[in-house]
Amino acid sequence: MVSGLASLLIIALVLGILFILISESSLAIRRFGIWQFISSTDWNPVRESFGAATGLFGTAVTTGLSLLIAIPVAIGIAIFITEIAPNFLKGPIGVAIELLAAIPSIIYGMWGLFTLAPIMADRIEPALQKSLGGFPLIGLLFKGTPMGIDLLTASVILSIMIIPFTASISRDAFNLTPDVVKESAYALGATKWEVIKDVVIPYSKLGIFGGVVLSLGRALGETMAVAFVLGNNHQITASLLDAAATITVTLANEFTEADTDIYLSSLFYLALILFVMSFIVLAAAKFLILKAERGPSQ
Amino acid sequence: MIMLAVSLWICGISYADTTLNGAGASFPYPVYSAWAFKYHKVSEIKLNYQSIGSGGGVRQIVNRTVDFGASDAPLQSDELRKNRLLQFPAVIGGVVPVVNIPGIQSGKLKLDGNAICGIFMGEIRYWNDGKIKELNPELHLPDKKITVVHRSDGSGTTAIFTDYLSGVCSAWKERVGAGKAVKWPAGIGGKGNEGVANYVKRVKYSIGYVEFAYAKQNKLTHTLLRNPAGNFVEPAFEGFKAAADSGNFDPEQDFYLWLTNAPGRNAWPIAGATFILLAKEKKNSNAGVVRFYDWAFKKGDETAEKLIYIPLPESLKNKIRAYWKSHGIY
Repeated sequence: MVSGLASLLIIALVLGILFILISESSLAIRRFGIWQFISSTDWNPVRESFGAATGLFGTAVTTGLSLLIAIPVAIGIAIFITEIAPNFLKGPIGVAIELLAAIPSIIYGMWGLFTLAPIMADRIEPALQKSLGGFPLIGLLFKGTPMGIDLLTASVILSIMIIPFTASISRDAFNLTPDVVKESAYALGATKWEVIKDVVIPYSKLGIFGGVVLSLGRALGETMAVAFVLGNNHQITASLLDAAATITVTLANEFTEADTDIYLSSLFYLALILFVMSFIVLAAAKFLILKAERGPSQ
Repeated sequence: MIMLAVSLWICGISYADTTLNGAGASFPYPVYSAWAFKYHKVSEIKLNYQSIGSGGGVRQIVNRTVDFGASDAPLQSDELRKNRLLQFPAVIGGVVPVVNIPGIQSGKLKLDGNAICGIFMGEIRYWNDGKIKELNPELHLPDKKITVVHRSDGSGTTAIFTDYLSGVCSAWKERVGAGKAVKWPAGIGGKGNEGVANYVKRVKYSIGYVEFAYAKQNKLTHTLLRNPAGNFVEPAFEGFKAAADSGNFDPEQDFYLWLTNAPGRNAWPIAGATFILLAKEKKNSNAGVVRFYDWAFKKGDETAEKLIYIPLPESLKNKIRAYWKSHGIY
């Protein structure tokens, strides 16, 4: 009975948040419409003209790029812990990874601003420019002066923050692979790599996918760490070495000083868009997991 | 049971009497809390100030959830009337351009409104541009690209700075305008004063702007600015005091005034007062807030200067007292 009520309360909470977001943003919805707001790249508090395209761009790029960096590393870590590391190393590495998840995001932000950004600006970004900058198309991604306050630095910080989620869930999934199956593969003469590639990973792909979805949720919503190293410049740019803005960073940076009604309402509108976007992405992921689970039995 | 309820009720009343709740601008927070600490010792009245930002401060006083609001930007009289508010300045601060050009020391580089506007517009792109050279014939300016650093978060500092730019430069006024957050034509954004300072320190050939107190405490390399009187002035207490003295705060307009481009001979051109907002009908709590600021005006100047704020000039304090009196709260 109590647990039933508690779970109803959760649903009520979510609907309540949605309701508040819609009612607070109604002014901006009426002024800018839906499609116009999403497609407009203008974000000008002085002229009271607002659009979400730059925020959506920043959110999509940082999230996508951070997943691109984090997933291979996280899976590598999980493979190392479950299949390769000697027993005495498994515990400490596992704990270290989980501790990474416990660090508050503001600390990642400060570390990013004072430590990572200078390293990116002085070493990594010039090196990237030198090695990849000459190629057509790819070169466009690394144009401009390296400042360390840009999409690339933000994505690297984000990827460090989400690695623990993907890694520890993938590790648990790998551990669920029955030893009998693995041993049969070894008995058939498979090498360690073949066992990992053809037995462990296919067996646990749902678990890996679950970890990725969890990371995706965190990357979409992460605010403070990104706020310090992204610059909050409302622009759409081809270069990863340019400052940009995500939806959450815009909210954190501008909410306290938003003085006009339409400004505040537009910020709520951004929040509403993020809410809907996260809901769609996570629902789609959940749907894929369900479909995959049902897959083999059919 | 009833006894308990009654005693709680009495406690509640007496609590309300001895605590003043305020919310708003983060810029004056250090001085308000220092004043509050000292005032508590002499009066038993507690002042609880939440530095949630000017936007939030205005909203909270409009909704009457606090005893007073605080805003870095003054509200216009008609807006005050609409929300039945009173307004007066409390303390003055300023904004200072800071640079990082190897070989150029603090207080050496001279800039005027035109040059600084051109730099922040992205039109003056190199340090050896003619407009900067002309002002600094004795300096060796490098042929290096200027990196502009601005605030990435909404802030009263940005409001004062962009108001100054709008005052000195019509192109800025037309294309960008003034506000707590604007659409910057050039540069990168740092979060807070510390974010901007960190970038200016690290990126060579950069220019940014920070609060006067922040620049002074961290010994950043500041520039000189030419004021409307035509003199190049240092960002120092004297310059801000001169600005405050020459600013014409008008009680009829509820002291609505931006202290930028003040006419004084030695006035620093980028200054601004931070304001207190009161709800007209809350006579009781207003009297408490007014008593607090009256005490601060009498005894708080030294504390303010120690924290690198500029106290209001005596003539302005008297104008404010007359304003309080005319509204029946002093």
